[in-house]
Amino acid sequence: MATQYEFEHPKKAFGWAARDTSGVLSPFNFSRREPSEKDVALKILYCGICHSDLHKMKNEWGTINYPFVPGHEIVGIVTEVGNKVRKFKVGDKVGVGCLVDSCHSCQNCANNLENYCPTFTLTDGSKYSDGTATYGGYSDSMVSDEHFVFHIPDELPLDAAAPLLCAGITVYSPLRYFGLDKPGLHVGVVGLGGLGHMAVKFAKAFGTKVTVISTSPSKEKEAIKNLGADSFLISRDKDQMKAAMGTLDGIIDTVSADHPLLPLIGLLKSHGKLVMVGAPEKPLELPVFPLLAGRKIIAGSLIGGIKETQEMIDFAAKHKVKPDIEIIPIDYVNTAMERLLKADVKYRFVIDIGNTLKPSS
Amino acid sequence: MAKSYETELPLKACGWAGTDTSGTLSPFNFSRRENGDDDVTLKILFCGVCHSDLHTLKNDWGFTTYPVVPGHEIVGEVTKIGNNVKNFKVGDKVGVGVMVESCQTCENCQQDLENYCPKLVFTYNSPYNGTRTYGGYSDFVVVHQRYVLQFPANLPLDAGAPLLCAGITVYSPMKYYGMTEPGKHLGVAGLGGLGHVAIKFGKAFGLKVTVISTSPNKKSEAIDKLGADSFIVSNDPEQMKAATGTIDYIIDTISADHSVLPLLGLLKLNGKLVTVGLPSKPLELPVFPLVAGRKLIGGSNFGGIKETQEMLDFCGKHNITADIELIKMDQINTAMERLSKADVKYRFVIDVANSFSSL
Repeated sequence: MATQYEFEHPKKAFGWAARDTSGVLSPFNFSRREPSEKDVALKILYCGICHSDLHKMKNEWGTINYPFVPGHEIVGIVTEVGNKVRKFKVGDKVGVGCLVDSCHSCQNCANNLENYCPTFTLTDGSKYSDGTATYGGYSDSMVSDEHFVFHIPDELPLDAAAPLLCAGITVYSPLRYFGLDKPGLHVGVVGLGGLGHMAVKFAKAFGTKVTVISTSPSKEKEAIKNLGADSFLISRDKDQMKAAMGTLDGIIDTVSADHPLLPLIGLLKSHGKLVMVGAPEKPLELPVFPLLAGRKIIAGSLIGGIKETQEMIDFAAKHKVKPDIEIIPIDYVNTAMERLLKADVKYRFVIDIGNTLKPSS
Repeated sequence: MAKSYETELPLKACGWAGTDTSGTLSPFNFSRRENGDDDVTLKILFCGVCHSDLHTLKNDWGFTTYPVVPGHEIVGEVTKIGNNVKNFKVGDKVGVGVMVESCQTCENCQQDLENYCPKLVFTYNSPYNGTRTYGGYSDFVVVHQRYVLQFPANLPLDAGAPLLCAGITVYSPMKYYGMTEPGKHLGVAGLGGLGHVAIKFGKAFGLKVTVISTSPNKKSEAIDKLGADSFIVSNDPEQMKAATGTIDYIIDTISADHSVLPLLGLLKLNGKLVTVGLPSKPLELPVFPLVAGRKLIGGSNFGGIKETQEMLDFCGKHNITADIELIKMDQINTAMERLSKADVKYRFVIDVANSFSSL
């Protein structure tokens, strides 16, 4: 039933939603809450398409209730602020990322690690504590607690800023946390998609040497000439991989398809770190011997906390780290999803919400 | 051409060696080098029996060259020192652990991490100067002074021997991975040679310690004798569920194939699972819990010389030794059979000096 969503909340909203596991998106009328005293309301101008949108639209992780409005790389202009809002005013350029709430009382929240709060609320496909659904950024407007809203500096074009809010922070956070941000270190990036290309750009901005590891030889030229990587390894080429053994201080692995870890562990120097940010569905094989013999680590990382997301945005503005995007109108979104499934995008689709999302009459 | 182990080097030595994948040990006459200017010769008094000795004897890891004389938890008395040796004198009680040589020039050696040197020479079963290294199941050994440890005066020599491998193997990652903050919660998976020492270190660091084991009958030992605070039976789903997200870090000493997913579930967010056991097959790594909880799995391989000495001094200060069962050399094969069934509390130690005196 379409109409119940329009009356759930007082403010009318319009977006595109998936209705079932086919994942096909179509126009959807719904509603959002009135901004409370700590809320910021924004008119959405752009929203990035993240690969997890695709997984969730088809309910591959079993977490979704339909109708599902995806989108958590949201950029827009503030239209209204609650009377206790301190950090934003009407007209500000802002972003909203993967989270719209957390418990504010656990140790992780207290340490600016809302992304590890056991009861965090995702921007899309989740539920607020009052039980109402969260609808994401493939829509015309958003209402969020100011804690989860980011300033977008003037130096960043709004459309290119959108993918920072998920892809950007997802690789920035582990580069920092695992100490792979020191000039002179040698960092590997596995997979050259939305996350991978951001990892290359941030790692270069940190002054590290960057090697891209990929199954696609055709990406080499792009990686080096366009993205600034220092070298490129074809992961299926045994000779190349052997020659590069023991050369990397750390690796950011963005690949979510099933893939072997042993060759990646071999690329690490002793005490090196392999950080997974893609989430393969099935368990991977973990060879223990090389981990021990080189005191190496495998770790995971999930997006980033609110404070560090703002820090990342400011860093990106200062160091001119911009995602490479393809802007699309909203009615191209289903085709974009098909292309995304085939990794046919350099390197993030961004929906031009402001100019192309119009309510159906 | 038959190589003569007895004459390839100048000094006659005797020990016990494994000669094939049955792993059965028998008396073996061989030889060692002369004591050089930088060397220390020690008469071996005790040698711990490490599970790696058993794996090596049976060639479980595929790189054994027979005959192999195992033993890398060596405690002895200095009988000779070279002209350049200043830190040891004849009569000193010393230890030799898992390695006897490294390159000294690579980045790891420069940082006192000889245990990660690519040219590391193990105390036994390594190629060395045209021959091979033979370990502590023997009457004496000649070692470069750099790899000889001072043994704390207040610790019993026999119960202290396992510190040279079991001790450092858990101490090193506990320090490196920051598992030493008082009040934090340490899990120890597996209660054998490594596991029981990890409990003792954990308590000495002021941690709360939980043992995770498949054997319910180890519980009262773990708590009453070793000082653990609690005990979880890992194949009891209720106990595991109740303990979800309660542990800051886990030392995984289990070398049998096992699933890491339940151990990852026990960890708090940002928790660390460090594996020091050596399963023969790869483990299954579920990635989602790592990502969702920023957890990590790390490895660690015994320790550098400087930190091994630090560990021994720590044990001297806190009176930490292993719980051992002392055996004579000619009981070694029975001991190995029992070790393969984990039937020892918690380390066999060979009374070497009193075994060879009768030969």
